[in-house]
Amino acid sequence: MAKTEIRIIEASAVTETVKKLYMDMNYFIGDDIMQALKKAESTESSQTGKSVLSQLIENNGIAAAEEIPICQDTGMAVLFVEYGERVVIDGGSFEDAVQEGVRRAYIDGYLRKSVVDDPVFDRVNTRDNTPAIIYTTIVPGDKINILAGCKGFGSENMSAIKMLTPSAGVQGVKQFILDAVRYAGPNPCPPIVVGVGIGGTFEKAAMLAKKATLRPINTDNPDERYAALERELLEEINKMGFGPAGLGGDNTALGVNIEYYPTHIAGMPVAVNICCHAARHKQAQI
Amino acid sequence: MVKKITLPLTDEVIAQLHAGDSVLISGTMLTGRDAAHKRLFELLEKGEKLPVDISGEVIYYVGPAPAKPGHAVGPAGPTSSYRMDKYTPALLDRGLKAMIGKGKRNSEVVEAMKRNGCVYFAAIGGAAALISRSIKKSEVLAYEDLGTEAIYRFTVEDFPAIVAIDSNGNSVLAEGK
Repeated sequence: MAKTEIRIIEASAVTETVKKLYMDMNYFIGDDIMQALKKAESTESSQTGKSVLSQLIENNGIAAAEEIPICQDTGMAVLFVEYGERVVIDGGSFEDAVQEGVRRAYIDGYLRKSVVDDPVFDRVNTRDNTPAIIYTTIVPGDKINILAGCKGFGSENMSAIKMLTPSAGVQGVKQFILDAVRYAGPNPCPPIVVGVGIGGTFEKAAMLAKKATLRPINTDNPDERYAALERELLEEINKMGFGPAGLGGDNTALGVNIEYYPTHIAGMPVAVNICCHAARHKQAQI
Repeated sequence: MVKKITLPLTDEVIAQLHAGDSVLISGTMLTGRDAAHKRLFELLEKGEKLPVDISGEVIYYVGPAPAKPGHAVGPAGPTSSYRMDKYTPALLDRGLKAMIGKGKRNSEVVEAMKRNGCVYFAAIGGAAALISRSIKKSEVLAYEDLGTEAIYRFTVEDFPAIVAIDSNGNSVLAEGK
């Protein structure tokens, strides 16, 4: 029987990769968002809305040119990792290497430290933006794929989850998503990106919704029925009239991304993770 | 038409500001967000003296990112205002004149604004790099231990904002359909 080959990856390589992901995503907005902002600016009928969009485009240009964060809320770090089962980390643990990458990005990159140690009682800032939240899946192979995001909390606070049951149907799903966006209104820095997770269990739906916010908005769900639902929801949201910065207009959302997963015969959980227009995400393979 | 206004705000200037007006603000303002508001509020409840005089002041709801060398301040856009709603009426009753943030306010805040003749400005959420160009100087006034959440004094020139809710309680924030 052939011996399984392992691949050794230095912990420092993981740290460097994560550090670069976080600095880059905070300085350089993705093409998907920039194109969507430009399209929104050209179609916006509100003069105030148009002006807001043009300032956001200018803002993103300044951030990239000066290598400073797009938004002062450089978020809490969330990483989805596909860890190839033939990889062995040398010189430290994978977890520590990732946390160190986040730490160095936030300290060396002049990113804001927004994490407190204890959520209820102490609320003391950890001063290096750790811990990051890491979701790891073990996959075949000898690579590590990292999908990283930084999540600002102005929009995170506007997110919602509901354990719908099967009789609610697609109508119930739509209603819940639209209600969440309407409730959020001008607060989450519109034009927003709406990440939706449907199915699985309570926490799986929420994780899928987070992952959906990290998918480029110029991509569709591969299942045409879900892709159609994404388009329909985007259209409905943009009829709400909140507009850029919540000051009125046609562009309340830039995109709606849905991710789904098998679920229980009794359930149909739906999670809505709202993201601001500074939808920062980046991926890397080691 | 953009109105240029200079701080401190007088009652005459506030009376002329209407929901929807675009303004460019110059002068000095305080910053403060969740943690600083909580501390100020708790001092007021205990009847103790505040570490900064808020009378006649403008508070900008912001937690700036660190400044790169050579920059006066890091990116510094507004944070969501509703989280300060619990503490705001008490501050307005003590002489705070204006707030800069983003998003909705509750009815208690709007009533306190009308009662005291105050104004709420919206800055563009997420335009932090752009906004920081109008901030010329930043110094910590109180609560340094809070880091980004400390109370700073910003010196600004032509800081861009929109009158979101005026002193009559009129709002330009979209209600949604």
